[in-house]
Amino acid sequence: MTRSTVPVRLYVNGDRYDIDIEPRRTLADALREDCALTGTHLGCEHGVCGACTVLLDGQPVRACLMFAVQAEGASVRTVEGLAPDEETLHPVQKAFWEHHGLQCGFCTPGFLTLVTGYLEEHPEAQEDELRDVLSSNLCRCTGYQNIVTATMSAAEEMRG
Amino acid sequence: MIGSRALRIEDRVLLRGAGRFAADTQRAGELHMRVVRSPVAHGRIVSIDGTEALRLEGVTAVWTYADVADLPAIGFRLTPREELLPYRQPVLARSVVRYVGEPVAVVFAESSYLAEDAAELVDVEIESLPAHLDPDAEPVVWVDAEQASWAAGNGERLPAQDSEASVFTIGYGDVDAAFSSGEGRVFTMDARIGRHTGVPMECRGLVAVYDEAEGQLIVDGAAKVPFWNREAIAAMNGLAPSQVVVRETHVGGGFGPRGELYPEDVLVTVAAMRLRAPIKWIEDRQEHLMATNHSRGQHHRLRALVDEDGYIRALDATFTLDQGAYVRTHGATVASLTASMLPGPYVIDNLRVTAHVRLTHKTPAGTYRSPGRYEGTFARERLIDAIAHGLGLSREQVRRRNLIGPEQMPYERPIQAMGTHLVHDSGDYALLIDKAAERFDFPAIRETVSRRRAAGERVGFGFGYFVEKSGIGPSEGARVVVDSAGAVTVLCGASSVGQGVDTVLAQVVAEVLDVPHDSIRVVRGRTDQFQYGRGAFATRLTVMAGSAALNAAKAVRDKAFRTAAAELAVSVEQLRIRGGVVEVEGAEHGGLDLGQIAGILEPLRASELKEEPGLAADGWFHTDHMTYPYGLHAALVRIDEGTGRLEVERFMVAYDVGRALNPLLVEGQIAGGVAQGLGGAMYEEFLYAADGTPQSTTFMDYLVPTAAEVPPIEMLVTEDAPSPLNPLGVKGAGEGGTTAVAAAIASAVDDALQRPGAIDSVPIKPDTLRRLLQPTTTHDVPTKE
Repeated sequence: MTRSTVPVRLYVNGDRYDIDIEPRRTLADALREDCALTGTHLGCEHGVCGACTVLLDGQPVRACLMFAVQAEGASVRTVEGLAPDEETLHPVQKAFWEHHGLQCGFCTPGFLTLVTGYLEEHPEAQEDELRDVLSSNLCRCTGYQNIVTATMSAAEEMRG
Repeated sequence: MIGSRALRIEDRVLLRGAGRFAADTQRAGELHMRVVRSPVAHGRIVSIDGTEALRLEGVTAVWTYADVADLPAIGFRLTPREELLPYRQPVLARSVVRYVGEPVAVVFAESSYLAEDAAELVDVEIESLPAHLDPDAEPVVWVDAEQASWAAGNGERLPAQDSEASVFTIGYGDVDAAFSSGEGRVFTMDARIGRHTGVPMECRGLVAVYDEAEGQLIVDGAAKVPFWNREAIAAMNGLAPSQVVVRETHVGGGFGPRGELYPEDVLVTVAAMRLRAPIKWIEDRQEHLMATNHSRGQHHRLRALVDEDGYIRALDATFTLDQGAYVRTHGATVASLTASMLPGPYVIDNLRVTAHVRLTHKTPAGTYRSPGRYEGTFARERLIDAIAHGLGLSREQVRRRNLIGPEQMPYERPIQAMGTHLVHDSGDYALLIDKAAERFDFPAIRETVSRRRAAGERVGFGFGYFVEKSGIGPSEGARVVVDSAGAVTVLCGASSVGQGVDTVLAQVVAEVLDVPHDSIRVVRGRTDQFQYGRGAFATRLTVMAGSAALNAAKAVRDKAFRTAAAELAVSVEQLRIRGGVVEVEGAEHGGLDLGQIAGILEPLRASELKEEPGLAADGWFHTDHMTYPYGLHAALVRIDEGTGRLEVERFMVAYDVGRALNPLLVEGQIAGGVAQGLGGAMYEEFLYAADGTPQSTTFMDYLVPTAAEVPPIEMLVTEDAPSPLNPLGVKGAGEGGTTAVAAAIASAVDDALQRPGAIDSVPIKPDTLRRLLQPTTTHDVPTKE
């Protein structure tokens, strides 16, 4: 049995990736293994934990619940694409660092992309609303409070 | 630097998505391993046929037990009681399967997708047998003589063994005499703690390759105990330990289960040797929830003899531990810790605790954050509340009456914990209640509860007291190395499961050398970089590795001083170190920075100075006792009458850690610990159908708390009782966030229901509360405050 592949063009963090993959390949696996962007993590592969969250045309999505072929032509932004350069952290990354919003760091990319995506569209969001948004991802280390604090702080920073 | 809220040195890499977790290692030509697992809880293997799987192009091998029959069962790392040997797990099921999820075969293929396809084509025929699921039921025959003898692996021919793997009793005094004295009142408590576990966000995974050029087996993705695992992997593969390199990369949470040596780990390394290809195995979440260690799952029956003023003269306790289908690396650790830590912070004149470790056809169990203490604290603190209610005393009064007093410290309880004498090293337990009551304003909380209750709300306040343990020895070491550019590296045997140990060790070294902590690199968890390491468990690293790093840094500073003294022609006593520069006290300039001193210590000059080459030194720390932090958890809860929903409005933790090396990280540990404790108290439980089929195998049915459930955690971290056992005075902070959560929540729920003793098991789910809220014929009896 030979497994047929299809060519797929992905735009990730502003770079173009032309890859040949099986149609059943998830976006998360394509990002990690075909684009070598291993910052997108897989924590459950059934859409609950949110560790694999990426921004698809600016919207947070679970990369484990999408096929890579569905992202053809769309703009994908992963955790690797948040910081403007090697030296500078994105305001959300900086806030997570300063408020101890991470411990093991495994869920962190998903939270960073989730928060970034949401705050870019809802810069005025307040704590209750943000807590609600944050409850879409799981973290097992922090107990969430520092994630909430970091998110509030990042929101303020991004509002300028 | 020590004691500051220093930001973590680990974070920049993690925030940029540049970490290297287990699945992030890719090797050219790698084969992906997929485990075929038993779909039934108990049964006899009739046949396993891999023919169809092997027909798939790109499938390299299918292994069953016959292919690994030369491998022994997996050994015990801790608490290796001999009677447990016949219950050890084979790496692949031999002829009988004993839990859903037990590995029966493995498939190796060129991609992970293909490996899954192939695994589904492996034809497994199993004849089902009745599942034994209730550890409280009478023991049944568990393994036959052949399996028992094989699993024990010590050459002895053993008879068949029943499902009670171990029964042991610890204690002191004369419990029977106390109870038969005819004095005092007897109180009982029957308490159950549900089966749940750590569930780190990263599932397990391992990548191994045999490097023929180096003659070494390289294993990446290890966690927690890489040095112990190296020895075990070497032995199972017929290699010398020096031929095996085990490397911890980034680890996505540990909490007890992750990092132990499991069947899959052995299979990955054996396949790397035998198939001579890089082997990669990444567990998926469904596998994780039925293959990785479960924990808790205890049933306590306590009986206390109590004076009228609440003083406990005797405690007679029996508990069963639902061990699951095999005894894995932890041996009897959880049962042993449950027993020895059961008395907690209280004196208790006479004690007897009997542990029953019993096998069931469920996933094997091991340790999870605060093992034995979460369970025992729940049972004991429920008992204390019952005593208070029965005697008409306040819950706080009874606790105060029984606390070990500061004048009694160090307080030796004549029993053992983890093989060490149980000596409460320091503490003022009553003072912590005073401080917590003041900081969180308990009187105001009680008043609010009364007012809201009068207005018809189901609100309640409760708390639990506990003693933790930390810093198990016997040893830990560290090496501090300064290069010719002045860059400082700490190499050590510590491991990180994400808790921030790199930052803490860097802070300790930074304090001594007076350099920025974020300029220091920490190398740990790599068996090729240091000789010994006991691992990241039992909240031991800040105590053990922290003290070792302190000693190593001081030795490096001393060496730098000796070298600078010779170079500058002054005495060592005239020198000090500031900003990483060794300078003469009082002199304006002319010091030597650490890089220059490292340069002076090149081999030839060093030999002239009668020093070992290089600005480097080792430090070790040894201890034969643990240190005992202590704390109090308090909760304010509200129950929705209509739905039975339990809301934790406030959760408060007062915890004495002796000395907080980094309060930011201590608070982070506590908050995370509380969230996990809440999971076990309210949401998380592994349930099984009557035939042993697990019903909690996804995050849709195993409910991990989210930001919507966990309230802000209010914390009071105190340093009233530094440990006299280590040079930093520190007691570890890793587990005290978890210990008394179930106890505090249960106490608060009783209070909200106005039904003392209503809660005797966790998790407390809405259906339980709905049932308890139904009108009953008995009148509500208020909790006395």
